[in-house]
Amino acid sequence: MPRRVAIVGVGLTRTSSHRADVTYPELVYEAVSAALAQAALEPKDIDAVTYGSMDPFDGVFAPERWNVEACAGAGATNLPLMKITTGGTTGGSTALAGYYHVASGLFDVVLAVASQRVGETVEAQLVLNTAIDPIYERWLGGGAITIAALQAVRHFWRYGTTEQDLAHIAVKNHENAQRNPYAHLMRMLTVQDALQTRLISWPLRLSDCCPSSDGACAIIFASEEQAKRITDRPAWVIGAGQITDNYWVGDRPWYEDWDSLSLLARRVYRQAKIDDPLRDLDVAELYNAFSVQEIIEYEALGFCEKGKGGELIRKGVTTMEGQLPVCPSGGVLCTNPIGASGLIRVAEAALQVMGKAEGRQVPNVRKALAHAWGAAIGFHTLMLLSSDVP
Amino acid sequence: MTQEEEIIVIPGRWDLPFRHTAGRVASRFFHGLKAKRILALRCPRCQRVLMPPRPFCERCFQPLDDWVEVGQQGTLEAFTICYARFTGLPDPPYCLILVKLDGADSALQHLLGEVALEDVQSATQRIQIGMRLEALWREEREGGIKDIKYFRPVA
Repeated sequence: MPRRVAIVGVGLTRTSSHRADVTYPELVYEAVSAALAQAALEPKDIDAVTYGSMDPFDGVFAPERWNVEACAGAGATNLPLMKITTGGTTGGSTALAGYYHVASGLFDVVLAVASQRVGETVEAQLVLNTAIDPIYERWLGGGAITIAALQAVRHFWRYGTTEQDLAHIAVKNHENAQRNPYAHLMRMLTVQDALQTRLISWPLRLSDCCPSSDGACAIIFASEEQAKRITDRPAWVIGAGQITDNYWVGDRPWYEDWDSLSLLARRVYRQAKIDDPLRDLDVAELYNAFSVQEIIEYEALGFCEKGKGGELIRKGVTTMEGQLPVCPSGGVLCTNPIGASGLIRVAEAALQVMGKAEGRQVPNVRKALAHAWGAAIGFHTLMLLSSDVP
Repeated sequence: MTQEEEIIVIPGRWDLPFRHTAGRVASRFFHGLKAKRILALRCPRCQRVLMPPRPFCERCFQPLDDWVEVGQQGTLEAFTICYARFTGLPDPPYCLILVKLDGADSALQHLLGEVALEDVQSATQRIQIGMRLEALWREEREGGIKDIKYFRPVA
């Protein structure tokens, strides 16, 4: 049986299109020192580190080496450190690794860190393109944007979703991001503005696409005994998992639905005893790198039926005032330090449960869901957090 | 420090050569393209005809060796028209497609040609999921995926 595990501290950095004010280790230090401060812990209290980044966005291969000293001085105290890279889910997998370290009973207090300097990547799409096989598909110019655009075209075709629906998603996230001091894009956006931004890849416009951000995130996972000693209000992990879909893009052209995410959600909801996610969850932090994905995620995660995601946003169900606020942080759509973005989702969900989300706090959060996708929509991670001991 | 000093930014660049084997399967597929034939592999267990061909079926975890020729026409499964310029990627606008060739059970990623893409309204009226497409061959074929120049609507 896995042990009970809780999140006891979270650290976020300011993000921007280039944090030229700090070196890479300083950026990571900013996140880790904030997490330690929130938990009132010292570096010596950390038993192990899980570290995530998506090589080679930073232009430095295996940046975990450069960042060893920023990971709570892991080199000085000779801590075990495990590096994780799983595309866009890197941060989600890094959280899972931190959780598994503690749940296994082998470690009591584990620091999960994820970082990315997409702001130092001059051509992010070129780096993404290196992740595609060089035999059949790399030359085509496929990448994250075009794959998301294929999803959108199919969703429009099958379910009648429109550019206006996508604009509503963008507007909601931009509005939320303005209340989040750690967000990258913090500008007012109206539906009309969104529909006038330039087309990137039909039907996705600039307002439907995430920025390239510099940023880092740190989370401290603790065993039940340690968590109760550290804080009165930890965020308990009540469900978690990862799922893998196949490699070949053309083997699953049914992009309008995200069946692998539905399957993972059923597994995780079962662990967490969630029957009706729209009713049982209080907030969700979804990996919405592209606006259309948030709509497909609503459906895959069971917030509504397939094809009804556009209706959910039109009715305002997922706004801050709605029944289930989605991405009070503004989501990945407004801030994307790629390898860190999945961990930021977990961090934001934890802050909501701990009541520490400040200006973006949703009232009375008891259960929060964090999601990430990656690997050309082939991987997903989920983590479900609760204010109540499981 | 009393005065704000300018932060120095150091340029970086990776220019790393690699060599990637196409392997036995993709090599045969590419040699086939040179001869204007599109070859796929059928799984002996699940009977799916896999495109592009690959050395083993991931569902059945079986090696594949049963080559079949598939059609040069197929059905458009999904598309997007990219209007943004990215270094190293095709010049915009270009239309990325997933086309399921007749006789294949999975779709091939390729490009659509012979449709005007500059005006998105007219392009998206012309390009419809489910439309029939056919391969257009390059005159000079070198044994690679680009031997198919693009797919175009069947007249």
